[in-house]
Amino acid sequence: MRKSICLIFALLISLNAQIAVKGEVIHTMAGEQITNGVILIRDGKIAAIGTTKEVIIPKECQVLSAKVVTPGLIDARSVVGLGGMLNQSQDQDQLERSAPMQPELRAIDAYNSLDPLVKWIRQLGVTTVNTGHAPGMLMSGQTMVVKTHGTVVDKAVMKTTQMIAVTLGDSGLMPKGSPGTRGKAVAMLRGEFVRIQNQINAREQAQAASKEDEKNVAKSTQPRNIRDEILERVLNREVPLLVYAHRHYDILSALRLAKEFNIEIVLDGASEAYLLVNEIKEAGVSVIVHPSMSRTFGEKQNMSMENASILQKAGIRIAMQSGYESYVPKTRVVLFEAAIAAAYGLGFDNALKAITIDAAKILGIDARVGSLEVGKDADIALYDGDPFEYTSHCTAVIIDGKIVSSESH
Amino acid sequence: MNKWIMFVIFAYMTTGFAQESAPHAFVGARIIPVVGKPIEKGVIVIHKGKISAIGVADAVELPNDAVVHDATGQVILPGFVDTHSHIGGAGAGDSSKPLHPGTSVFDSFNVLDAGIQKAQAGGVTVANVMPGSGHLMSGQTIYIKMRDGRIINDLVIKNAEGKFMGGMKMANGTNSIRQAPFPGTRGKSAALVRALYIKAQEYRQKILDAKGDKTKMPPRDLGMEALVEVLEGKRIVHHHTHRHDDVMTVLRLQKEFGFRVVLHHVSEAWKIAKEIAAAKAPCSIIIIDSPGGKLEARDLDWKNGIALEKAGAVVGFHTDDPITDSRLFLRSAAFAVRAGMSEEAAIYGLTMAGAIMLDLQDRLGSLEVGKDADLVILSGSPLSVYTKIQETWVDGKKVFDRADAQDHLWAVGGYGAGEDRPVEYCCYGKGQ
Repeated sequence: MRKSICLIFALLISLNAQIAVKGEVIHTMAGEQITNGVILIRDGKIAAIGTTKEVIIPKECQVLSAKVVTPGLIDARSVVGLGGMLNQSQDQDQLERSAPMQPELRAIDAYNSLDPLVKWIRQLGVTTVNTGHAPGMLMSGQTMVVKTHGTVVDKAVMKTTQMIAVTLGDSGLMPKGSPGTRGKAVAMLRGEFVRIQNQINAREQAQAASKEDEKNVAKSTQPRNIRDEILERVLNREVPLLVYAHRHYDILSALRLAKEFNIEIVLDGASEAYLLVNEIKEAGVSVIVHPSMSRTFGEKQNMSMENASILQKAGIRIAMQSGYESYVPKTRVVLFEAAIAAAYGLGFDNALKAITIDAAKILGIDARVGSLEVGKDADIALYDGDPFEYTSHCTAVIIDGKIVSSESH
Repeated sequence: MNKWIMFVIFAYMTTGFAQESAPHAFVGARIIPVVGKPIEKGVIVIHKGKISAIGVADAVELPNDAVVHDATGQVILPGFVDTHSHIGGAGAGDSSKPLHPGTSVFDSFNVLDAGIQKAQAGGVTVANVMPGSGHLMSGQTIYIKMRDGRIINDLVIKNAEGKFMGGMKMANGTNSIRQAPFPGTRGKSAALVRALYIKAQEYRQKILDAKGDKTKMPPRDLGMEALVEVLEGKRIVHHHTHRHDDVMTVLRLQKEFGFRVVLHHVSEAWKIAKEIAAAKAPCSIIIIDSPGGKLEARDLDWKNGIALEKAGAVVGFHTDDPITDSRLFLRSAAFAVRAGMSEEAAIYGLTMAGAIMLDLQDRLGSLEVGKDADLVILSGSPLSVYTKIQETWVDGKKVFDRADAQDHLWAVGGYGAGEDRPVEYCCYGKGQ
């Protein structure tokens, strides 16, 4: 009886499906994996998911099959679209050096959706990126979350303002000018937030006064200032700071700043985070771990391929990133970075989480992406073997229900 | 009681000494000798720095005094040859001019650099350490063994005549195009190189004409001396080149002056694989996670390996460390396989092909009796991301052991992994 109800239900939901994805193994990232499963896609969303016995594929459906199926991968920190493939002055928009703090710079205004690197990562299964302004200035600008398809960024974008990129440590210091030291860098950030707090206080006092005296209404309206607006959103915990910090003492500065102003931060890179497991956990901060294959120079010289594993085991939420590269390769691929982390203690399941559902949670987009569940965006990656194996291929990629790659890569 | 302790100490000492000079036998592993077919459950015996026996278990008799290592379930490969590395923080030519044949990496190599330890962790046993590519000719390279040496002489490989081995680094394309006195165009680049080689030909002719008469010899010139070695094929040119037309320029100059060349990076080799194979120019390719990063590498493709393999060229890999990490050198071969190269050719590319490119094919690159005892012991299938390099042996000595805490630090990273290798010195015990 129950079986037949299921069958009827399956038939009903399968009626209008446009694409069916069959997988010998489907890693749903929501509960157990499905062996011999099928996903039905309708109008860009997942309409049904289950075993081939539970979900019936309608005849008119286009069917894709693969050994392994995962949610579309999420790169939690990248600069693709801003840092172009050619590395020439005309395609490098990831870092504005005219002033140390420019949180008003939006990623959406600088993103080239057709840069070859966007296609490159898409073909390897990456369907969503948190991309934008690079580390390298104290407050270099905003990041956004965008799907890796389409021409018009306004259609592909999921969140126009995701985070504000902040750089602590050597990378954020200026050879000439300010900040020239770590102390100055933190003082500048604190000064900026205090300035905004003062403005808010003054406005609130003015508003309170205007209630008493209606003639004072004009006093309470200040002219718009896009920089102050975004910083106020940071203080309101609407927009987190994405703090690039590698040395242990720079990470501590970030945690201190978060506590002082009660702002939300996410650590970016955090090479020496393994030294501060308790502090990071206590602060409830997530870490977007440096690329496993990042170069071990300067403030990254103590980087560990086991960093992701150590943090994850301690109960800290992590995601992986491709990061920012100034030279060759111009972008890393988050799948391969997670693969190394998987092999160095993180394990398959947690490594896949770090580039799907956990990345989605850190970015606050898990209601739409990061797992394969009914109602979620149909962002799906297909592989002919273990996705982390060097010699496997990504055979197809689907974003919002559209097949955006069908060649083996 | 005292006697007993003495006995234990004595026994320990004698076994310790014995192990130093005793043969080592690795038993039970899948051995991939590169030359010849893989041996399942094989045995390899090394003694006095050389391979003394190799074969299936029944065919190899273990020496009585052999230290036997159970390698069941593991895979043994020849040590990897990295044909293009920048470990040791070394350089050669400076920014004063574009051509520096007289300079050498030999004079600027830090033997304590953690890069050497990391290379060992990646199974690299031999590397061609090069100066950078910002010059048409940035200087002489050195071929080193990854020994834990104290001074550079301990590392550099000597040829049959006892001379230190190395090549000559050259580059074309955009890296060496800079402000004057550097060339501003490709045409000028080639003209400067041709003029230098013509000068070297004339210098060599003067030496030949002197017929051993010291009074008739040209005055010594360090750059010219090195270039004479290049012209006589004793010093191989290692040529950085990316674009298809730049590669053809290298081959054109090679034909004109007759030097021996290995093409490095060769991003667009797949566009002219037939021409490269016909010129018999070995290719040392690089595998990068994405194309670009510079104009010339926009068409860099993982299919380079299979394209060159199909065309019949000798194909090897390099790390270009720090461009890619020596600890992950196997990854390069794996990605070539991802794009279609055969696994056999890819492993050949990590080992024998590299040996050929450094004129060392008679001494290393494969597991054969009489060759150097340079081994890599893996936990499993060579091309799997999950496989770990367990041990690396150079000249019959274990230089990397993942089970060792310090080696483990270099292998995975962590606090202090970037520091120079600690050395023991007088007076206060261990220090750095």
